[in-house]
Amino acid sequence: MTAILTRLLGRLPIGWLQLTHNRARLIAALAGVAFANVLVFVQLAIMGSMSIATGRPYDFFEAGLMISAADADSLTDGSNVARQWLFQALAHPQVTAGAPLFVGNVTLQHAGTTMSLTTFGVDPAQPGFLAPALRGYAELLTLPDSGIIDRLTRGLEPGEADALGPASPVTLEVRGRTLTLYGGFAGGGGFGVDGYLVVSDQTFLKVVQNRQTAAPDHILLALAPGADAGRVAHELRALVSDRTLRIRPYAQARAEDIAYQQTRRPTGIIFGFGVVIGILVGLVIVYQVLSTDVADHIREYATFKAMGYRQRFLLGIVLEEALILALLGAGPGYLVARALIGGMRRATGLPLELGAPTVVAVVIGTVVACALSGALATRRLASADPADLF
Amino acid sequence: MVADDAAIVAAGLSHWFGRGEARKQAIFDVDLTVARGSLTVLVGPSGSGKTTLLTLMGCLRDVQQGSVRLLGQELAGAPERQLVALRRRLGFIFQAHNLHESLTARQNVLMGVQVGSRRPRGDENATAVQILTLLGLADRIDYLPANLSGGQKQRVAIARALAGDPEVVFADEPTAALDHDSSMTVIGQLKRLGRGRGMTTVMVTHDSRIIGMADRVVTLEDGRIAPA
Repeated sequence: MTAILTRLLGRLPIGWLQLTHNRARLIAALAGVAFANVLVFVQLAIMGSMSIATGRPYDFFEAGLMISAADADSLTDGSNVARQWLFQALAHPQVTAGAPLFVGNVTLQHAGTTMSLTTFGVDPAQPGFLAPALRGYAELLTLPDSGIIDRLTRGLEPGEADALGPASPVTLEVRGRTLTLYGGFAGGGGFGVDGYLVVSDQTFLKVVQNRQTAAPDHILLALAPGADAGRVAHELRALVSDRTLRIRPYAQARAEDIAYQQTRRPTGIIFGFGVVIGILVGLVIVYQVLSTDVADHIREYATFKAMGYRQRFLLGIVLEEALILALLGAGPGYLVARALIGGMRRATGLPLELGAPTVVAVVIGTVVACALSGALATRRLASADPADLF
Repeated sequence: MVADDAAIVAAGLSHWFGRGEARKQAIFDVDLTVARGSLTVLVGPSGSGKTTLLTLMGCLRDVQQGSVRLLGQELAGAPERQLVALRRRLGFIFQAHNLHESLTARQNVLMGVQVGSRRPRGDENATAVQILTLLGLADRIDYLPANLSGGQKQRVAIARALAGDPEVVFADEPTAALDHDSSMTVIGQLKRLGRGRGMTTVMVTHDSRIIGMADRVVTLEDGRIAPA
């Protein structure tokens, strides 16, 4: 390793030699960096899972634009919209179709387990608004009290979910009605729900209280091929008489929902703080290690100064140590975090993942944080006075 | 002696430590010229200002009053960059060896070679090994300082100071930890380099054997040069 670093740096790898000279301290330092990495990896995975869970229900549908109430910050929040805006929107030449989307929450008992499901009511006569994986069930949804369920719903046995199909439906009790499930699709639980249920708008109005046909939660609009969703949304805002409505491209609605969950909802803010705290812990640990190391070697640094080495040479040694700690600490941190995240995923059913871009970003972030700590620690080098050596 | 023959010329040099009422003068109006290639020994009782004078001439301390010309360059008011460049032409041997504990003997010496060397890079390792061998450390080349005796450490420190082909060597009790034979080897080497390359040595020592080998002995008393 020393030979490789000597070639890379073009000088003796003094930082490496200093770190490895005291093995116990090196191990403690690496454990500290790895610990900070674990904190950041886990918090990012949780934040990421929140984004995935927030964006996932948008994947159940296909639309060019979405009309929502002014206070609808997410798919499940906010007031209803009047269905009349759907008809006004259809007057735009580039809007080819429209459908109401009802969103509600149902709680049901199944096999002794209480499940909370976000339930979507759709118009089965317009299957084009359903994602391809759900579209095949549109005809079955026209049957009274029928539905399709998220196969990954917490509380649903895997074998039971896999066996679900038109030939082997499952029945559930919802608010005193028997709901027949003819199929399933891949969803997954979120932070507030165990899974998802898709039914027809007519069934929705029966299983969710106090809802009316004329007041869906959102309106989905399909656009002509090649239409500019942003421009059509802008033109619709002028066309529709209620200026408070949020008329957005469907992808934008999804992105804004994720941003809302991450930055304005308490859970997102708490997870964001977790990431910041992880970074701060890492900074403090690396600063402490490097600062102590500089203090321990202050006479040696002063000797280098007396010999004619420039200040930047000394800074290079400290930064070399910082980078080594960052790179060596990130590996064990990643492995421990991966094991923890896997355990959390199995326990909660949340879509906790550590994607390659996240790993690369954290490693780069660790290097930057360690370099920052190293830069702070080098302030102590100013006290290395070669005159004190005599 | 004309100035061109001098490695160091100090004129009217005074130095104080501390501030305000605690301010204490350590060097009083010293005039001293050190010839190129000579071995000059500074002697005097403890606290007489020998080490302070050594660090002032070695551009490790700012000149407060008076003048020091080292290798033709004025140190008073010189910018840090100039001082750093000058230090690369010097060698320092400290009483406490100040070796880097994480580096082997060879690596410590390499640090001295690399900072001031005008040799090609490929020769640096050979130079380090050669000078360590010359100082009787051929079998300790890859030892860490923790595994060397006090005398061996001091010889590594001497090797480090000489490895970069310095024009002036400043040494503070360099032979304090050495036995007689090793001391004679070191002083012999310094004298040889003085004769061969014109290397100047300024040394603080109480070792009477070395004093006898010096080209010039300067005695300091209470911060002043005592009359010869």
